[in-house]
Amino acid sequence: MSKRMSTYYWMTIPAVLLFFLFLTLPAIQGVYYSFTNYNGFGKTYDFIGLRNYINLFTDNVVGDAYWFTIKFAVVVTILVNVFSLLIALGLNASIKFRNFFRGIYFLPNILSVLIVGYIFNYLFSNVFTVWGQSLGINALSTNILGNENLAWIGVVIVAVWQSIALNTILYLAGLQTISKDMYEASSLDGAGKWREFWSITFPLIAPFFTINMVLAMKNALMVFDQIVALTNGGPGRATQSISFLIYTGGFEGGEFAYQSANSVIYFIVIAVISILQIRFLQRREMDM
Amino acid sequence: MKENARINWPINILVAIGTLIILFPLYMALTIALKDPQQMAQSLFGLPKQWRFDNFANAIEVTNFFQAFRNSALVTTATVVLTLLTNSMVAYAIGRNMERSKFFKGLYFYFVSAMFIPFPIIMLPIVKLTASLHMTNLVGLTILHTVYALAFNVFVYVGYIRSIPVALEEAATVDGATTWGTFWRIIFPLMAPINATVGILVCLSTYNDFLLPLIIISDQDMYTLPLVQYIFQGQFNTDYNLAFASYLLAMLPMIIIYLFAQKWIISGVTRGSVK
Repeated sequence: MSKRMSTYYWMTIPAVLLFFLFLTLPAIQGVYYSFTNYNGFGKTYDFIGLRNYINLFTDNVVGDAYWFTIKFAVVVTILVNVFSLLIALGLNASIKFRNFFRGIYFLPNILSVLIVGYIFNYLFSNVFTVWGQSLGINALSTNILGNENLAWIGVVIVAVWQSIALNTILYLAGLQTISKDMYEASSLDGAGKWREFWSITFPLIAPFFTINMVLAMKNALMVFDQIVALTNGGPGRATQSISFLIYTGGFEGGEFAYQSANSVIYFIVIAVISILQIRFLQRREMDM
Repeated sequence: MKENARINWPINILVAIGTLIILFPLYMALTIALKDPQQMAQSLFGLPKQWRFDNFANAIEVTNFFQAFRNSALVTTATVVLTLLTNSMVAYAIGRNMERSKFFKGLYFYFVSAMFIPFPIIMLPIVKLTASLHMTNLVGLTILHTVYALAFNVFVYVGYIRSIPVALEEAATVDGATTWGTFWRIIFPLMAPINATVGILVCLSTYNDFLLPLIIISDQDMYTLPLVQYIFQGQFNTDYNLAFASYLLAMLPMIIIYLFAQKWIISGVTRGSVK
């Protein structure tokens, strides 16, 4: 082997070993433990085959966590993309102080998700309730995070508030790639704003739409920090997300092996959703 | 005044109103941190009549702020430096050889495919692993952040490296430079723009990360800033003024950096995500 090539090998080998040790190995261990009844701290455990997986599919706690997480992720993804696109269109219009406004809309992206959650936790219990009472709206006059049916909406609000920052900036970057000539041509043809958006703007930013949908969906499926800061999975277990369940069950509930099986399923769900999303959206990009 | 005539005022006003939704929670956080309970009872939304800076002094003392700040700053700085130096080098070796070598092509897919692995999958085993390797400390945190960053960074760096002409390196080789020397003296400086992007992304994600410190750090002296906010929730629940002072202190370093480097951060994050 030439000296040149051997340097290239040495540049990567330590990284490959560390990556294997801290990522691939734990992933394999997770799969391995998923076939056992290991509780996480004892010395002994037995192989129990697929029993964890079979139990997962009949476990209401797990089913509820998947239902909450997927419902949450779909709603957040849609809302984030709609609002981000509207804000980006606004920022791309001929307005004053554009950079100043852009700076403010991006601000939430640099803040800790956990701390933002704590701030909103206070707003939900002490501020929004005051508004609800003075406006006479019943649903708002008590803390919605304490309401089993409404708590998930509270988590959605916080996630949307923070996720809009990144997606807005990405949409804005997409809008700025469209040259003014395109619009001038269309206004000569007498196209209205609505037509102009759907036949020119949207097709041209399709790649950015794909990125934003995939990013927003993946982040929302992994929701953890917001749950810790806002509801701790409650009331009851109404807002228990999958990653929150893996954390609490695996570390505190003595369900190490069981939650390992859960995380294998979780991985498959995320991988399938991401691949389907990319396939579907890229096909649309080509159609347009 | 021709410029003014073309400004779209209705949209301008809507955009301005929208920023209020972004700013309102931060306004509340700031004013509550500067009030005392009596002032809050009198006026929830008003500006503080008397600025209670002692809330901040209390928060610093109760949460041992400077220690947590030091921990966060150490881990973040070390992770950024280590990531820039190592991840760029790995990506360089891969980017320059993946066309002609199956080994490097395989490595590329090995690293990049890990982007699809959500952290909770490896969360349970990684706790046992770090404990057995005595890595439940700031050094361990730095190493893990740097290793996990590889998946995304190899993807971003390789794309950039392949846009740098090989001719430069060939000229250096003719002059007798080694691969090692060529990388550090010629290629690494050329990667400055992408290094800025990666550095900013790593800085933000490391500084604000909560889950990794939560599962591997148990020693109180090593708590990072987000972890401290979590640990002190019990005390914060009875004293909102203290809590918000502490939250603001924890967010302040990043906000200050953002005020000065806003343009860089926005363009860096955009470039990193669109890749």
